[in-house]
Amino acid sequence: MTATEVENEIGRDRRRKEDQRLITGRTRWTDNIVLPGMLHLAMVRSPFAHATITSIDTSAAKAAPNVVTVLTGADFGEELGVCINAWPITPDQVTPGHSPMPSDRVAFAGEIVAVVVARSAAEARDAAELVDVEYDELPAALDLKKAAADEVIAHPDLGTNKSAYWVFDSAEAGTGGNVEDAIAKARTDGIVIEREYRQQRLIPAFMEPRSVVVDPTGEQYVMYSATQIPHIVRFALAATTGVPESKIRVIAPDVGGGFGGKLQVTPEEWIAWAVGRRIGKPVKYTETRSESLVSGHHGRDQWQKLTLAAEKDGTVTGFKVELLADLGAYVAIVGGGVPVLGAFMFNSIYKFPAYHFAVQTVLTNKTWTDAYRGAGRPEATYAIERIMDELAVEVGVDPLVIREKNWIKHEEFPFTTVCGLEYDSGNYEAATEKAKEMFGYDALRAEQQQRREAGDPVQLGIGISTFTEMCGLAPSRVLGSLDYGAGGWEHAAVRMTPLGKVEVVTGASAHGQGHETAFSQIVADRLGVPFEDVEVLHGDTQVAPRGLDTYGSRSLVVGGEAIVRAADKVVEKAKPIAAHLLEASVDDLEFSAGRFSVRGTDQGLGIAEIATAVFTAHNLPDGVEPTLDSDAAFDPTSFSFPHGTHLCAMEVDTETGALNMRKYVCVDDIGTIINPLIVAGQVHGGLVQGIAQALWEEAVYDDSGTLVSGSFVDYLLPTAADTITFDIDHTTSPSTTNSLGTKGVGEAGTIASTPAVVNAVVDAVRQFGVNDIQMPCTPERVWRAIQTGGKGGATTEAAMPHFDEGEGS
Amino acid sequence: MTRITLTVDGAQVSDDVEPRLLLVQYLRERLGKTGTVIGCDTSNCGACTVHLNGTSVKSCNVLAVQADGSEVTTVEGLAQDGQLHPVQEAFRECHGLQCGYCTPGMIMQSIDLLNTNPNPSEAEIREGLEGNLCRCTGYHNIVRAVQHAAGQGAPS
Repeated sequence: MTATEVENEIGRDRRRKEDQRLITGRTRWTDNIVLPGMLHLAMVRSPFAHATITSIDTSAAKAAPNVVTVLTGADFGEELGVCINAWPITPDQVTPGHSPMPSDRVAFAGEIVAVVVARSAAEARDAAELVDVEYDELPAALDLKKAAADEVIAHPDLGTNKSAYWVFDSAEAGTGGNVEDAIAKARTDGIVIEREYRQQRLIPAFMEPRSVVVDPTGEQYVMYSATQIPHIVRFALAATTGVPESKIRVIAPDVGGGFGGKLQVTPEEWIAWAVGRRIGKPVKYTETRSESLVSGHHGRDQWQKLTLAAEKDGTVTGFKVELLADLGAYVAIVGGGVPVLGAFMFNSIYKFPAYHFAVQTVLTNKTWTDAYRGAGRPEATYAIERIMDELAVEVGVDPLVIREKNWIKHEEFPFTTVCGLEYDSGNYEAATEKAKEMFGYDALRAEQQQRREAGDPVQLGIGISTFTEMCGLAPSRVLGSLDYGAGGWEHAAVRMTPLGKVEVVTGASAHGQGHETAFSQIVADRLGVPFEDVEVLHGDTQVAPRGLDTYGSRSLVVGGEAIVRAADKVVEKAKPIAAHLLEASVDDLEFSAGRFSVRGTDQGLGIAEIATAVFTAHNLPDGVEPTLDSDAAFDPTSFSFPHGTHLCAMEVDTETGALNMRKYVCVDDIGTIINPLIVAGQVHGGLVQGIAQALWEEAVYDDSGTLVSGSFVDYLLPTAADTITFDIDHTTSPSTTNSLGTKGVGEAGTIASTPAVVNAVVDAVRQFGVNDIQMPCTPERVWRAIQTGGKGGATTEAAMPHFDEGEGS
Repeated sequence: MTRITLTVDGAQVSDDVEPRLLLVQYLRERLGKTGTVIGCDTSNCGACTVHLNGTSVKSCNVLAVQADGSEVTTVEGLAQDGQLHPVQEAFRECHGLQCGYCTPGMIMQSIDLLNTNPNPSEAEIREGLEGNLCRCTGYHNIVRAVQHAAGQGAPS
């Protein structure tokens, strides 16, 4: 046997292992699961945003064909559990109790008031129509600013809508100066830019509707759920429903996208759990898309009041951020933690000497909000990248010049920011230079000038976003200091089978990310085994008993590092056995490309051969356990800070407001890349979600609190025909906080792209006196902005029912 | 109940169905063809796209009784003798899927697109897939997969 040169798996554009079953339809979505005797659930939901439930008559529904029972909140006691908030951001946070199925009062349109159990889904849904619920409508808190002023109270018993007020101040923290001093000074002899930006409400809109199956027919209760967080769901079920953790198994089978939208413990899961336990039969609930849009948590929804202070040459001296954040009707699992995740990112890549951040979280009678791809960081990036453009206009220089004047130079890393975070690595100059070249920046600027001078009806705008973010959630100590209810470690196990194959168990829970492929590449390199010989197991609390799941671009930078450490332990365990079998000293062995060899000889043993020897255990050294299996838990000491430069060229038809994206270039620095193909996919998809916030998407309510964008007819997801081909590339500054040098990439595209697009749109029409257009920048709004020099108007006026009042009955 | 008889992925099937039963429900619930999935309730997303007599349809928009006497092909019927259909292969080769939920519909629509127009431009591909939503890929690699399947160059 000769040692052959092995190509490194890390860095290869491996085609995904996952794809074979996904492209042939051999899939296990939760809704595909059918169990013997399984019953089906349908939910009865409130049509009102805020109302007292005065009576529920279930008799007609109970009499309907093949209905097993109909249950309401009053039929359950404590076994129904509660939906938890894991991150009370302040000790005095006002948090309404959140029953999965309230029996007295509903707090948003779409809230569940009864559940029908029937032999088929169709019969359950038919019978749900027969449940007669009487409501007494209450005034609803809908407008965020008015709700913040307590004009109408979303939960009357609480007496206020103000949930928590959370502040970070660099002077108080000792990480920087006093922002008020900086602003006062700038008012006399510098520049002060004051802006108010709107982060509209968005809907994650994963393609697979949520579904849950509960099987109570065994020693353990099993829940299959379309979730990102099987481990957290198990923890929360045990903590709130009184069933011991050891009696609960949660399985996330194939999960069709999440984007934060399946990072939740949901009323639907809790109700299915309670019904399954009550009836003793397997039950399934799968939401319709309309139910998904109205009851799955939404994202964003903030008002951002910003004050930027600078010297006359554009050197920023202070930044003050005041946010209002709409929680919706309940404080969701992360809840107010979402804006807090953005709190340390408004200073972005810049060296600001003073910084102040404050957020008021507010309860309203709308669908609850929580993490949506980026969670806090897109909002921060939008604010800073939009206002840096405004500063450039004020100073009269190119927006890239103002950024370069303020950003951290590559030789200044590691750099401790005004928020006290240490950025480990980065090179903003290199990423920007590369992006400019790919974009043809100077030529496009020249064309823009030409069109402007010629009065071309189609104007060109160039948008910039030089972003960074903090991801890889997260150092447990930091989360603890922020009062988050859990840690941020990740767990892995690596097992060698008797015939030398490798099983990798990870606590991360993929839902489209390609973990099975990327993690196989890491382990193949580490153990020197073929990529094909590695099997990645995940998404089942019985298979992967420990884990903190997948969100916040954490799976690779935290979970991947845990796998590296577990694999290294396998090698360490194999070493004395190899020495024994080779009759050599441990000190004379070296491990390379999957083989232990004795230095200076041609003697050696492959790790697979050692695995077989361990299985037979016929000839092991004295006192050595017959196993190579190893596990590891990794808790990072810091976040991961990917960055990049995104450039967008938008054509705006000034006569119609129509927009045409001409070019989009991004150069992201995400450290070491494990699989460039998967990375490219993450970037493309991320870009489109961010672009969609800029141009198309918004969850819109009418003035009675009904979600009028409650189906895919009205909630505008982009199609292939709306989007373009992107030019993406990378620079590489390896992270120093994990041994692979990786940084997260799952959210980068979404975080960066929104301000690049809006900056481009505003840049195209700035000569008409426009300095902001409210998102989404619809043609109508762009056209209005050009006509009036304003922001293009609010959406609420358009949020009316689709039919004329005079029409029909 | 109405008796229907049709061919699904090459096999003849016959069932009594409620007139209101959608083709997608028939495929999933009665035949166990769960490769075809449901993503919405307004026929916007295209996740349930199958071929009905060789042409793509959203199977949530067809009643099972309307498919009586027809030939239906789902994503599960594409591979022949263990050989993937070239469009399936192209989706894998070009990383045209992530979570994979839209993929069955996207593949069925792409095949129909290429049957109608074997050498489409990028704009024609994008318009041809307009009725199928994907939330993961940003469509970039889906478009490349269709180009690849059409023989328009290797992926890069």
